[in-house]
Amino acid sequence: MEKTAEQPLVRWPSQGEARVPYRVFAEDEIYRAEQAKIFQGDTWNYVALEVELANAGDFKSTFIGNTPVIVVRESDGEIYAFENRCAHRGALICLENRGTASEFQCVYHAWTYDRKGNLVGVAFEKGVRGQGGMPDSFCKEHHGPRKLRIATLAGLVFASLSEDVPPLEEYLGDDIVGKINRVLFKPLEVIGRFTQVLPNNWKLYAENVRDTYHASLLHLFFTTFNITRLSQAGGVVISESGAHHASASVKTPETTPSTDTAYDAHRSSRDGYRLHDASMLASQDEIGDGIHVQILSVFPGFVLQQIQNCLAVRQIVPQGTDSMDLHWTYIGFADDTPELREMRLKQSNLVGPAGYVSMEDGAIGNFVQRGIAGAHDMESVIELGGFEAKTQDFRATESSIRGFWKAYRAYMGV
Amino acid sequence: MDEMVLTYRLARLNARYARSLAGDRLEEWPGYFEDKCIYRVTTRENHTEGLAGSLIYASSKGMLEDRVQALREANIYERQGYRHLLGMPHIASDDGAVVKAETDFVVIRTMRTGQTDLFASGIYLDTVASTPTGELRLKERVVVCDSSRVDTLLAVPL
Repeated sequence: MEKTAEQPLVRWPSQGEARVPYRVFAEDEIYRAEQAKIFQGDTWNYVALEVELANAGDFKSTFIGNTPVIVVRESDGEIYAFENRCAHRGALICLENRGTASEFQCVYHAWTYDRKGNLVGVAFEKGVRGQGGMPDSFCKEHHGPRKLRIATLAGLVFASLSEDVPPLEEYLGDDIVGKINRVLFKPLEVIGRFTQVLPNNWKLYAENVRDTYHASLLHLFFTTFNITRLSQAGGVVISESGAHHASASVKTPETTPSTDTAYDAHRSSRDGYRLHDASMLASQDEIGDGIHVQILSVFPGFVLQQIQNCLAVRQIVPQGTDSMDLHWTYIGFADDTPELREMRLKQSNLVGPAGYVSMEDGAIGNFVQRGIAGAHDMESVIELGGFEAKTQDFRATESSIRGFWKAYRAYMGV
Repeated sequence: MDEMVLTYRLARLNARYARSLAGDRLEEWPGYFEDKCIYRVTTRENHTEGLAGSLIYASSKGMLEDRVQALREANIYERQGYRHLLGMPHIASDDGAVVKAETDFVVIRTMRTGQTDLFASGIYLDTVASTPTGELRLKERVVVCDSSRVDTLLAVPL
């Protein structure tokens, strides 16, 4: 039953985005509303890399929120996407992760779709020996899976079920578009794919990605090896809506571990720690602007990561209130030298389910999910850097997390 | 090398490898490799497609030692233990100098809470060399997991 205006899904605390009610991570009703209002609402959702759909017929099956979708390159060179759901009785149309197809046929009753998602064939449409078949009133053009809008940017493919969402670049804003183009400035190549199953609500990961506060405190690797510290130069750029963010850190000579005292009191500061094989951290400033870590999010579920030369895209796929899949695609450029490719492979030890950094992000959301089990009427405190969700030229802030919640509240009407 | 002897030596190498990991003696783990070695953890899907991306990518014994040191001193994760059940080694080829072997594995994970799950299954694709004393060492171990999904995190090596 729909809640009335007097009974919102959740009553948001008066402090605004500086508080988040824990029930938003736990309740089925909220989860269902998110699917309708966010993932199927006026948002752009990452679905593929263009390089994964290089040739006519190349397809990928993936998800927008819960919704299974097929993304495919047509012979006209355009990319199309439609629900992976047969118009007949709702079965999945496509049962492969990736491949090349001239058309798609549902295995249940052999209804057939072209690469634009149009229903083009219905088995026994005219019946058998004049008997049975579809009524004369049945018109294939009136049936089919929902089609999605498609937009591409810098080799990324986004899709939307909304007719009303603004064009992708407008949705992102100039700052975020610039930060995406900054990293993905050449033709891409996929290096590997992994799925990390995170036993937590998808929004806890969305928070974690935007959380510049934790990076150098939870992740000892970053701090000790001077990859990123909050005392380094950098900052966070947040889109006007609050929805999207990009954080950057710049390695500066004055913040070497021996002279930086900002972390002296913290567990994560371990200057005596040295690698046996330091080649793992060797890097090139291939972009040439000195920014060695940039983490970028696009609301609701996309992350673009540059950690030195380790590049990846991450796609959040919610799996209920307390679980999500994180699809990692490690990327390089098509013109990588063997040396640069080897560098990317070595640095990839930092990320993914076994990553020196990312393994902790895999666990931390679950610690929250379990921690809040008995406290759905309580709320988290997100005040570092103030109460607003604005671009800031420092990183000791939770501004981008507040930005996420600002956008979330707007979409959800809470 | 005589096939029966070689099979026995491979099985003994794997048994020791598994004992070190199950017994939380991670410091012994790099010792099963040659100094110049490759250790990778990947998935069947990546392996089949020829993609080099890996969950763990080590191209020296030093990187294996760093993995152990990070798990001991740097990384934060909930206490958990893995039990490796290894199949009988299959000798894929033996040209007298280099042996290629394949061994199926199953890893069961037990968490601090007591929750026990099948964590991973797959195959070790090994290139093995013999030391002057007749001990076998891994020149290369590519751990190919059957599934591309990893629950939460991979802490202990596979």
